[in-house]
Amino acid sequence: MSEVKKIATRESYGNALKELGAEHENLVVLDADLAAATKTGIFKKAFPERHFDCGIAEANMVCVAAGMSTMGLVPFVSTFAMFAAGRAFEQVRNTVGYPRCNVKIGATHGGISVGEDGASHQCCEDFALMRAIPGMTVISPSDDVEARAAVKAAYAYEGPVYLRFGRLAVPVFHDEGSFHFEIGKGEQLTEGSDIAIVATGLMVNEAIEAARQLSDAGIHARVINIATIKPIDEDIILAAAKDCGKIITCEEHSVIGGLGEAVCSLLSEKCPTPVRRIGVNDTFGHSGPAAALLGQFGLSAEHIAETAREMVK
Amino acid sequence: MTKAEKKALSITACKVRKGIIESTHAAKAGHPGGSLSSADLFTYLYFKEMRIDPKNPRDPARDRFVLSKGHTAPGLYAALAERGYFPVEDLLTLRKIDSYLQGHPNMNTVPGVDMSTGSLGQGVSAAAGMALAAKSKKEDVNVYTLLGDGEIEEGQVWEAFMLSAHYKLDNLCVIIDLNGLQIDGATKDVMNSAPVDEKMKAFGFAVTTIDGHNLDEIEQAFSAFHAEKGKPTCILMNTHKGKGVSFMTDSVDWHGKAPNDAEYEQAMAELNAAQKEMEAQADE
Repeated sequence: MSEVKKIATRESYGNALKELGAEHENLVVLDADLAAATKTGIFKKAFPERHFDCGIAEANMVCVAAGMSTMGLVPFVSTFAMFAAGRAFEQVRNTVGYPRCNVKIGATHGGISVGEDGASHQCCEDFALMRAIPGMTVISPSDDVEARAAVKAAYAYEGPVYLRFGRLAVPVFHDEGSFHFEIGKGEQLTEGSDIAIVATGLMVNEAIEAARQLSDAGIHARVINIATIKPIDEDIILAAAKDCGKIITCEEHSVIGGLGEAVCSLLSEKCPTPVRRIGVNDTFGHSGPAAALLGQFGLSAEHIAETAREMVK
Repeated sequence: MTKAEKKALSITACKVRKGIIESTHAAKAGHPGGSLSSADLFTYLYFKEMRIDPKNPRDPARDRFVLSKGHTAPGLYAALAERGYFPVEDLLTLRKIDSYLQGHPNMNTVPGVDMSTGSLGQGVSAAAGMALAAKSKKEDVNVYTLLGDGEIEEGQVWEAFMLSAHYKLDNLCVIIDLNGLQIDGATKDVMNSAPVDEKMKAFGFAVTTIDGHNLDEIEQAFSAFHAEKGKPTCILMNTHKGKGVSFMTDSVDWHGKAPNDAEYEQAMAELNAAQKEMEAQADE
């Protein structure tokens, strides 16, 4: 097998900002002393006069961005997911969400794959928090190609958007040439009607790998990539439920309030279907190498395949 | 300012105060105390200081005002209505179901409101963002924001102050209404933030302390703001909560309570008498 290219989606974020910045004068970037880690430093290097470091003060930064948006600028606000969605939740809710400010929140270091920094920095609650805000669009891209496309789509969209990126380098499986991204549209990646695996973020690649393992055992899994967690693509999920009758959801997020519960809410009202949620099981993370942590927390192709086999037999 | 101008502004401030009493009385709720302490400032801002056009409330070139102490919306609404942004009669719909005059300012429903506020400490950051954006775009826009002295207990305001000085936002004018009272009592007893002037100086602001009910002093403070280069301005205004209505003045009870019918009658009688007195003054 040829070596798969791996890129962290935070890197994609920084690169996409730089590309967009060259085209659009009104794009500005705010960071809270993490430009090297969030990769907005890539934009800063190219456009220093449009990059505003706000210091370690995320609550203020989010509202500064809201003010800037009312002046015709399109601010991308960046920090770790823990601080964007967590610390600044109420600022995002009241000063970005409620007034529908055209602010894009580029949150990096989402999920357990933050690794060695441990629980204080491993945000597994951001989907839940951001989904609960009326009118908030929540996007969690799966690889470099999708992440860059999502940043561009977020810029083009008028209104608040929360984008979640990862720290860990992950395989690039989308084909740049043929890929098209649309906010709110899911993507079917494999054919199959024995079971559907609905995944987001870096778990999409694990789902594809799980489907490969399952197909060796004669189980045909339909893998669906849900990059836009809100508004969720109801049609693609309902079709999968009808065709497959069983669903597994996979996310690098708490099983509470994220993709899994969004899918369950939809299905319980429109097409009751057995669902198993793979995610972080209402627990905090801890320090360790990202790959080892993902395995330990069951966020792996092996665990997805095992769950699928249990459901299908 | 000429004597005639001052007289006209004083009369307008009186009408703004009446709007506060009428709207909170009709709503049977709202925050008259802090609205009244800032009534002279609202009047000066919208009738003299800011470059605005009520017929074109979204003009990109306009000056901006952010009411960071959003609960004093009745004061802002009364000034906006007097200035012609919307009909004065609409003040009576304050806080009513389906009214566009929400309990706290909503920039998407109220003409003239530049930022939705209500959660204390956030408006000042948005104002700093506006000032920073104007600087970044090289636009000649001044941004004004009003905070309460209770509000500055929120840590976020100090983050905003730091950023404002760091980015040398000399187009930002932060006004703090030092009426000395907050919900639970006197500010010095609840959470003493004094000395505010020294703190603001230490945070890199050009600080002026004035009597917030004296129009000449308000004018001088804004002149100093326009002359200041390279740093943001802070106007500390000493005021009386409930100013203009005898039984509300300096009373913590009137932070968030509406006048009943009898109180309403008395308040309006006092304000009408004050207005009559002002109107009787010579123009020159």
